[in-house]
Amino acid sequence: MNTAVLRTEARLLAREPGSLFWILAFPPLLLVILGSVPAFREPQDALGGLRVVDTYVPVTVLVGLIVAGVQAMPAGLTGYREHGILRRMATTPVRPSALLSAQMLVHAVAAVLSALLTLTVGRVLSDVHLPRQPFGYLLALLLAVLAALALGSLISAVSPTVKVAGAVGTVVFFPMLFCAGVWLPVPSMPDLMADIVVLTPFGAAARALGDATAGDWPGWADLGVMAGWAVLLSGAAARWFRWE
Amino acid sequence: MSVIEVTDLRKSYGGRPVVDGVSFTVEEGEIFGILGPNGAGKTTTVECVEGLRVPDAGRVRVAGLDPVADHDRLTRVLGAQLQEGRLQEKLTVGEALRLYAALHPAPADWRPLAERLGLTARLDTRFGKLSGGQKQRLFIALALVGDPRVVVLDELTTGLDPRARRDTWRLVEEVRDSGVTVLLVTHFMEEAQRLCDRVAVIDQGRIAALDTPAGLIRRSAGATVITFTPSAPLDERELNALPGLASISHKDGRITLAGGDETVNAVIGLLARHRVTAHHLRVGDATLDDAYLDLTETTS
Repeated sequence: MNTAVLRTEARLLAREPGSLFWILAFPPLLLVILGSVPAFREPQDALGGLRVVDTYVPVTVLVGLIVAGVQAMPAGLTGYREHGILRRMATTPVRPSALLSAQMLVHAVAAVLSALLTLTVGRVLSDVHLPRQPFGYLLALLLAVLAALALGSLISAVSPTVKVAGAVGTVVFFPMLFCAGVWLPVPSMPDLMADIVVLTPFGAAARALGDATAGDWPGWADLGVMAGWAVLLSGAAARWFRWE
Repeated sequence: MSVIEVTDLRKSYGGRPVVDGVSFTVEEGEIFGILGPNGAGKTTTVECVEGLRVPDAGRVRVAGLDPVADHDRLTRVLGAQLQEGRLQEKLTVGEALRLYAALHPAPADWRPLAERLGLTARLDTRFGKLSGGQKQRLFIALALVGDPRVVVLDELTTGLDPRARRDTWRLVEEVRDSGVTVLLVTHFMEEAQRLCDRVAVIDQGRIAALDTPAGLIRRSAGATVITFTPSAPLDERELNALPGLASISHKDGRITLAGGDETVNAVIGLLARHRVTAHHLRVGDATLDDAYLDLTETTS
């Protein structure tokens, strides 16, 4: 990791209003909108006494993370290869991998910031309690970030151009949102569907974050699913990534 | 003293040889040109020198370093301006210079460098807003900011207008005068003739010729060009039989002959024998352009 490269990447991300909006502003905004629907603020017996807005906090946390990993980062990385920026870096004493790790780190930080913002908005505006098992929550969040970055790296590895990366990112984006529970939070899903969804990285993440919010240590199965996907996807990305 | 030594370099892509036994040496303080048609293997050759590609066979040394095995040390002595490179659209000129200076352990001071390249007024301009000439000057600055001994410039002036091209040439001469050895890839003859101390003409992966620009012109079959409009038609067979003739062409009644000194004398004799007057007679030296066409024609 090179600090000059990292500083530059952070500054460049700060100049991308589109990425900033979808990563940092959109998820808390979504929670504000859901929280303003009166019916969503009523405890539901079907949800074990939780309100709909409570079940959507892990979902919106994951939305920011999925946007950062699957939409913003692959376009950036692929552009760096397509435009010869990785090659130019290869002619300097600093390895081009410094650019990749800087890209991953700034997007990871943006995703975590987005999660903190969402939790704060939920706490302040909708009276959603903060995670009662903070360490378990943090662990689940970090594993989810790793899985999102690994998925983004794989998209960038298999996409020859920025356009392709954008298209592949969008194709992957909606199923990931579904698994995270955007249309139906995992606790509300029919059993069979939930059983399948928690085998995907963000389905497992949604349930793990929900458990940690309620005060339980996240299930090892869910943590294992996320870790497994992170290893598998980053291995595939490393295998197929081309520097030019 | 040789700074770059390339010996029997070979590189194939998918079984097709792109560089097929190229050898040359570049002396310290020289501007060495690599000239050739598109797809001749110029860029692949310099990419092996830059350590961006691994040769299939042959030996490359830059300041005694193997560009692949000693890549880290190579990047401290060699700066590269790449063909068709870009930077991040929203990175400013000043940020790019500071960043690339920070990537080197002992960089040049980027401020006087920016001044020399006429970038001082553009330090806060984003890369995406620069003109083609400004982008090229920035790339030269980035190639020089590590304070290298050797700089590789690949298709430096492609896409520039004539004035920006001439400004860039002056800059390359200044770079050389400051003691940096320059390896210049180009397909502009005028550029090679103006800048290079020596030129290697690469065609189909091999060196077709290697000499000074003047030497290349002398060596080519048609070093002298004669043009005239005859007052009466001349016998085609007699023209073709002229001694030392390299080529002949007709256009709108005007004849252009390329050949040597003996061709000039023979044409004058021929005209006198037939009492034909040569209107607008011009005799001149061939340019590198002519020599290049001659060289690349004979090998293809």
